[in-house]
Amino acid sequence: MIRIANGQGFWGDSPDAPLDQVRRGPIDYLTLDYLAEVTMSILQKQRSRDPEAGYARDFVDVVDRVLPDLLASNVSLIANAGGLNPEACRRAVLAVAARNGADVSVATVSGDDITQRLDELFGRGVEFRNMDTGEPLAVVRDRVRSASVYFGAFPIAEALAGGAQIVITGRCADAALVLGPMIHEFGWRPDEWNKLAAGIVAGHAIECGAQGSGGNCQDDWRTIPDLEDIGYPIVEAEPDGSFVITKHRGTGGRVTVASVTEQLVYEIGDPRAYLTPDCAADFTSFTLAADGSERVRCTGVQGSPATPTYKVSISYAAGYRAIGSVAYAWPDAYAKAQAGARILAARLKRIGLELDAVHSELLGASACHGIAAAEPSPELAAQLPEVVMRFGVRSKNRAAVERFTKEIAPLVLSGPPSVTGLGAGRPKVEEVMAYWPALIPKHLVTPVVSLSVPGLVSK
Amino acid sequence: MKILLLDIAHSRSGDKGNTSNIGLIARKPEFYGVLLKYVTPERVKEHFASVCHGKVERFELPNLSALNFLLYDSLDGGGTLSLRADPQGKTLGTALLRMEIDVEDPQ
Repeated sequence: MIRIANGQGFWGDSPDAPLDQVRRGPIDYLTLDYLAEVTMSILQKQRSRDPEAGYARDFVDVVDRVLPDLLASNVSLIANAGGLNPEACRRAVLAVAARNGADVSVATVSGDDITQRLDELFGRGVEFRNMDTGEPLAVVRDRVRSASVYFGAFPIAEALAGGAQIVITGRCADAALVLGPMIHEFGWRPDEWNKLAAGIVAGHAIECGAQGSGGNCQDDWRTIPDLEDIGYPIVEAEPDGSFVITKHRGTGGRVTVASVTEQLVYEIGDPRAYLTPDCAADFTSFTLAADGSERVRCTGVQGSPATPTYKVSISYAAGYRAIGSVAYAWPDAYAKAQAGARILAARLKRIGLELDAVHSELLGASACHGIAAAEPSPELAAQLPEVVMRFGVRSKNRAAVERFTKEIAPLVLSGPPSVTGLGAGRPKVEEVMAYWPALIPKHLVTPVVSLSVPGLVSK
Repeated sequence: MKILLLDIAHSRSGDKGNTSNIGLIARKPEFYGVLLKYVTPERVKEHFASVCHGKVERFELPNLSALNFLLYDSLDGGGTLSLRADPQGKTLGTALLRMEIDVEDPQ
């Protein structure tokens, strides 16, 4: 049995969780997930400003803190922190290791960044049709900023087999971070679909950090203990593909069939064929059962062959946006916020700005749930102590968005009464990236595993 | 008898591009049949009329007493583009729990 822990569910997650996972109980592998659709476009912006950027910088600080414990406990670290620049990430990690006087073998998995290969791949007949809309990428080609292939778990296993104690990947399937060490430890072959699928299900259960161990959990949330000291999830994996989801003893949070199920149904499509680079996992095939306190056992996962394509995540520039808000207080907070939104929209129209999208929401009343929440009754609306009017615009024309940002503050003096501007000044204009999911035949891209040789780092 | 989904189910929601996914889980295995019968894709589409501008697909996970819904074109362009306070649809899971269903009285 091997223990694989998650210590980071997204870039921006708790900086202490990785250290807690290594210190508060035995584990063999620590996996950290930094990448999301949103993240890649942020990394792209950073790389465009600085060629040594484009990876999750927070990861380097995490390595700095966790390295002595990793070495003392012989724990291996696997992270997709490389983002769009795994080599620069490794250079930063090796510098931190040298500063700690540590010899550590750091591997990268790259080859996933095909931004510079797009024209070559067009030439080979790849159209990168949008998986949602069917449109060919040519429609937005001149605006593409990044294109990354989701690789699977075998390159990670190869890096571990080569002796790496830290593996830094670019884009890969999130669950591959967890499946990789299973392949390495148990010698699973590329056609053992059921076992590979089991690793994917296990990875899915823990890849979002504490959301797999009682965080953001609706099932009787009030009774979930000690969220202030929540334990992040851990997989205890067996060579036959069965596994247990658990967390370190004495930590807060909760691991029950209900809490694990919530995470398993998170961000999936067709559950009979959850597609990954290594297999298709059948989320309707397995059984979950309590296995003692804070332990859930999963058995019977079935899988089927992987598809001949990799998924590609492409980001392209889609204009600019700005979002501002003001707060209206009782009495008639709801009606005033409605009026504020109406007045602002009318002023924008009168100025004649070239806007692609205009959107207002009433926070405190109906922003999150839309009309599923229904309009508040007149009685409730009249009693609301305050309502925040949040107003956003999007445009390909930056100047139009800039002009919009000057219309929020005037509302405070020239609109409905008992209003405050929330003190944030003018809203910031930001460039936005849109996301374009596509496929590429596997034979056109090859993962590149590169090992650093320990002992060559100058101290 | 009218019941609120909140009383018999829990949920979690997230995003894939401009598509929202909502996993709906029966609080007890015996409630799964009720979800299956009453929480149809058509009902869900109607429930999210102001949010979901595409189709709604439903998938069954009897092993987890759960249903998975995909709400296409429901995130104002997706997490990176959206002007919404909840650009990734994280709260649409609880929005579904507001649905009221009219079930036959239990025998």
